[in-house]
Amino acid sequence: MRRQARKTGFYTAVVLLVLFSILPIAYAVLTIFKKESELFDPGSNPFLYEQGATLKHLVFLFTGTPFPTFLWNSLVIGVFVVAITVVLAVPAAYALARLTGRWGESSGMAIFLVYLIPPTLLFIPLFRIVVWLGLANSIWSLVVVLPTITVPFCTWLLLGFFRSVPRELDEAALLDGCSRFTAFRKVVLPQALPGIGACMVFAFSLSLSNYIYSVTFISESASRNLSAGVPTELIRGDVYFWPSLMAATAIVAIPLGLAYGLLFDYLVRGFQSAETG
Amino acid sequence: MSAAAQGGWFARAGDALERPRVLGTVMLAPAVLYIVAFVAVPFCIAIALSFSDATVGDPTISSFVGLENFRAVMQQEAFMSALRNSIIVTVATVVGIVVLATIAVEILAREFPGRRLVQVLFMLPWAMPVALAAITWLWLLDSQFSPIDWLLVQLGLLGPGTPLGPAKHLYYLGREWLGLGSVVFVDIWRTLPLATIIVLAGRLSIPRERLEQAQIDGAGFFRVLLRIIIPALAPVLIVAILFTALLVIGEMSTVALLTRGGPGHSGQILPYWAYLKGIESGDLAQGAAVSLFLFPVLAAAAIVALRFAARLHRD
Repeated sequence: MRRQARKTGFYTAVVLLVLFSILPIAYAVLTIFKKESELFDPGSNPFLYEQGATLKHLVFLFTGTPFPTFLWNSLVIGVFVVAITVVLAVPAAYALARLTGRWGESSGMAIFLVYLIPPTLLFIPLFRIVVWLGLANSIWSLVVVLPTITVPFCTWLLLGFFRSVPRELDEAALLDGCSRFTAFRKVVLPQALPGIGACMVFAFSLSLSNYIYSVTFISESASRNLSAGVPTELIRGDVYFWPSLMAATAIVAIPLGLAYGLLFDYLVRGFQSAETG
Repeated sequence: MSAAAQGGWFARAGDALERPRVLGTVMLAPAVLYIVAFVAVPFCIAIALSFSDATVGDPTISSFVGLENFRAVMQQEAFMSALRNSIIVTVATVVGIVVLATIAVEILAREFPGRRLVQVLFMLPWAMPVALAAITWLWLLDSQFSPIDWLLVQLGLLGPGTPLGPAKHLYYLGREWLGLGSVVFVDIWRTLPLATIIVLAGRLSIPRERLEQAQIDGAGFFRVLLRIIIPALAPVLIVAILFTALLVIGEMSTVALLTRGGPGHSGQILPYWAYLKGIESGDLAQGAAVSLFLFPVLAAAAIVALRFAARLHRD
């Protein structure tokens, strides 16, 4: 009896948590297929389809707006940012975990201090640097700048992963005659692959998510990404293209949510080793 | 001869790379150089800008004006309101996150059917770009068509002659405190997944035997939570608080899209004000001064928090 009550209580909590998390996305999905006449009728029930559904808004998003361009730009930026992040953060994290001795031990704190300097502090001088590099109004400005957010975070996360790999593994490889770099590449790196995977997901979504650099560096529609493009181009003055806007958010959110959800356990493991490392 | 010299050079370089210090420096260098070029240098430029009289029209940092920008900035009403709101929003979000993350962790630490699906749905708010998430909330909180208003009216809570009435709409984003409250709610909503992952990592590190032993000793759920779980989680809660605070204090898109800092400037926050000053009105120096304002406080708070977490961790 008491057990039953506990179970009911637990599942109620699960349902409430899920509702809280998906509320705006669920309502967004509901909105995509609504007819305008129903959407803007104050008397209609906003949770039902009383006049049937339509694909019009979804089609309009892909044919009548620059959304496909934004999507493509974000994808290109994301892929390059992920690549740069992995190339910079993986060796750095390994070096701090294994090679730099006492100096590396307090590095967790130093990385955090870099993380402490938020984009809002840097966007004005970085804008000048971007202009100086000739990258203003180009997606490459974001490719160059966004790793400032992802590299410190991923180095910190990977540091924990590398520390959780037993030292005996590298030492055995060194005794077998491997060079230090080969020991890293062949023995330690494969052990840290889940961590690198988690970092790639984080780097990709952080690159998509940044707003302040996107609106500061790029003002040309053709070079805008999702974060800057959707709010500025799909909202014209006071005219909100609600169903198309909702389609734009849902199309981006659902695949990313899936990626995060499926990597959930890896992410937790990553933080576990980062915190105890 | 040259081939031999080259071979010797390679061999010597190879030998050097066998020394941990050398290899470590070589592997660390690219990341450090990148961070210096794109974080440390701009950070110094930001400081220099805040003491200069640079504008978009004349962006050279030629003449220094001392603390003039900070003084000018502090005399603006919008700045004082932004400072106040940034602190309120950050503190309120952190409090909400600590409570909700502790609850969410207790749910997600258990095995139950459908756990995978719950994880996917739970991560959605964090997975979305913040600006897009803000747009979905903009629609939910719309002044005319908010489904929340509609529900409240159906429940008899909103409308003429009801507790929240007489208007049929609450105008969430058009009122000072309701607007700020909405921003806090959205910030809690979007940062909860990350905070939960951080805390969950700590929760799963608690030895299972300790929890089981407590249950055998007859401790109930809340007793175990208060006596064992929460004290053990203190260090990771601090890390979660730090991450949340940094994410919230540096993000302008929620406010930029939801309330636009309004009504008037009563809902303004520091990063958005810095953006409006520095980019939209082109006063680089004052924009830099606004964005730098909280940095010393933030840095000190973070160092104290991390030291504290490290000490808790050792005990």
